[in-house]
Amino acid sequence: MPKREWIHAWLLLLPAFVFLIAFTHLPAVQTLIDSFWSTPKGRRPAVFVGGDNYARMLADPILAKALWNSAVYAALTIPASVVLALAMALLVQARFAGVALMRMAFFTPTVLPLIAVANIWLFFYAPGFGLIDQIRGLFGLPSVNLAGQPETALYAVAAVTVWKEAGFFMVFYLAALQAVPPALREAAAIEGCGRWTFFRRVTLPLIMPTTLFVTVNATINAFRLVDHVFVMTRGGPDNATMLLLYYVFENGFRYWDTAYAAALTILLVAILTVVGLGQFFAADRRVHYR
Amino acid sequence: MMQTSAPLARPAPAIDCAGVSRRFDRAVALQSIDVELPAGAFSVLLGPSGCGKSTLLRLIAGLDAPTTGQIRIGGRDMAGLPPVARDLSMVFQSYALFPHLTVAQNILFGLSVRRVARAEQAARLDRVARMMGLETLLARKPAELSGGQQQRVALARAVISERPICLMDEPLSNLDARLRAEMRVELRAIQQRLGLTVVYVTHDQVEAMTMADRIVVMNAGRIEQTGTPREIYATPASAFVARFIGTPPMSLIALADLAGAGVDLPPGLSPDTLVGLRPEDLAPAARGLPVQRLAEEYLGADRLVTLRAGASTLLLRLAAGAPNLPDRFHLTWPPGALHLFDAATGRRLDAVSPARPGAGTLVPTP
Repeated sequence: MPKREWIHAWLLLLPAFVFLIAFTHLPAVQTLIDSFWSTPKGRRPAVFVGGDNYARMLADPILAKALWNSAVYAALTIPASVVLALAMALLVQARFAGVALMRMAFFTPTVLPLIAVANIWLFFYAPGFGLIDQIRGLFGLPSVNLAGQPETALYAVAAVTVWKEAGFFMVFYLAALQAVPPALREAAAIEGCGRWTFFRRVTLPLIMPTTLFVTVNATINAFRLVDHVFVMTRGGPDNATMLLLYYVFENGFRYWDTAYAAALTILLVAILTVVGLGQFFAADRRVHYR
Repeated sequence: MMQTSAPLARPAPAIDCAGVSRRFDRAVALQSIDVELPAGAFSVLLGPSGCGKSTLLRLIAGLDAPTTGQIRIGGRDMAGLPPVARDLSMVFQSYALFPHLTVAQNILFGLSVRRVARAEQAARLDRVARMMGLETLLARKPAELSGGQQQRVALARAVISERPICLMDEPLSNLDARLRAEMRVELRAIQQRLGLTVVYVTHDQVEAMTMADRIVVMNAGRIEQTGTPREIYATPASAFVARFIGTPPMSLIALADLAGAGVDLPPGLSPDTLVGLRPEDLAPAARGLPVQRLAEEYLGADRLVTLRAGASTLLLRLAAGAPNLPDRFHLTWPPGALHLFDAATGRRLDAVSPARPGAGTLVPTP
């Protein structure tokens, strides 16, 4: 009875289909359609405008700024969080007194909501009485408003992201490091292989799949994690922390220019797709999977 | 397969352990081991799992440090020296091949870490690959090799180092039976050809018997007996060794159950004394130890008969074509086949076991 089996199969898939289509696929298609129409206003319904929304992007200085900021933000947070995660994992992979406490401390930022993390860091950055200014005061340095001045605001926001993400990535590195068989280290020791050589020639290649996974995640997060921008800077000062996703939000829900926001969303998806595919194809040749 | 291999330029040294012990937090792995593993010999550390044989190997390798005692290689104290300074190679049970490197890179790993010249690396790789039959596999990754091929790569990595000592930790235990039998012959041939001092850890007494110049039988962190395979088989030093060596091993029965066999025993033996008889030494006879037949196993070339004598059971090995046995019959054995072990310590009672003048052959008499 192949026919009945097919009906059963579709029935089993139905709940997942309903939710996927309703909340993922339909909105995505709708967004793509919306990006070719004008924003409906009051008594004036949306009209088809073709590529107008996209043409507008070319002449939008804030978008250019947002794209540049996003690129800098990604270039800072991706390598910093991955390298920091690996360093922390190497530190806490051994067994010593207090290692559990240390692992927990490294992982805590992951558990906290980003909004809460942003508030904590606002206190660190607060000019005058914040933690950073107090430390600067000990050395006789003047007060700075790290999150509030255009020259440093983007770096201040990026630091929060790194702090938040590294602990999460550390867990993956920790698992990968523990999966490296101890006999390999012993075989290498018999050959007279030092710690650094072993790390470079054996450990690092063996954890490459994790590095790829973590890097892809860090890349996605670099475009996706903007919650703290809402709390800390709201894209300011002078668009210094305006990131692409935050700009989408501003256009869509502050100015209610939903058509332009839809077009910007398509741009964001296109960038992520290109970057993600590029990463996989570039890295896949150098990654050894067991 | 093995044509080109000159013996080592350097003579292989002996390994000497004096009072070596290793204690862990909650367990004692080795208690005061004294053993000499001769130069250029194939020594096997044999014992059940947990007897401390692998621990001893790791101490010799320098992967672990002894709690007390001294390990000397070629007369030189090894205390505090890292593995690389001990001039030895090692083959691991898991092979410990680097999964991301090709066969050639795996074999050359040590040489490239030690910055041996490229030309020499290539020459040595060529020689060893030919010796181990790996020429066609050099570009593959370990995951693309069979278990036997991986084993060869691990061995090649040890051989290419040209170090005079090779430590092997159960290297054949992950292979199937046929391959294991082939590799036994091959390992022995490599050791002989290169004149290596080999220390080989195994729980498989067949491997020990077939390959070793010298067997060190270990149990519960101690050495039970050291000797050639022949010595260990012929005169086991303890009841443990007697039970461990031989397929099937020696049957041990209580002295009391030997009653009625007509053996003229030395006086003053405790009735709990253990009597050892090898299944292959026994033969049905008109007179001797009365036994009852319990079960029979057919093994192809021969048959293994389980027998009861008094309260003990013992085994008898018969040729497959031998006539069928009645339910009750008698057993006899040649002079020297009966071994006596102290019931409390398990040690061999050597003072009484060897032939004494007169009735001392410990054979059933009419």
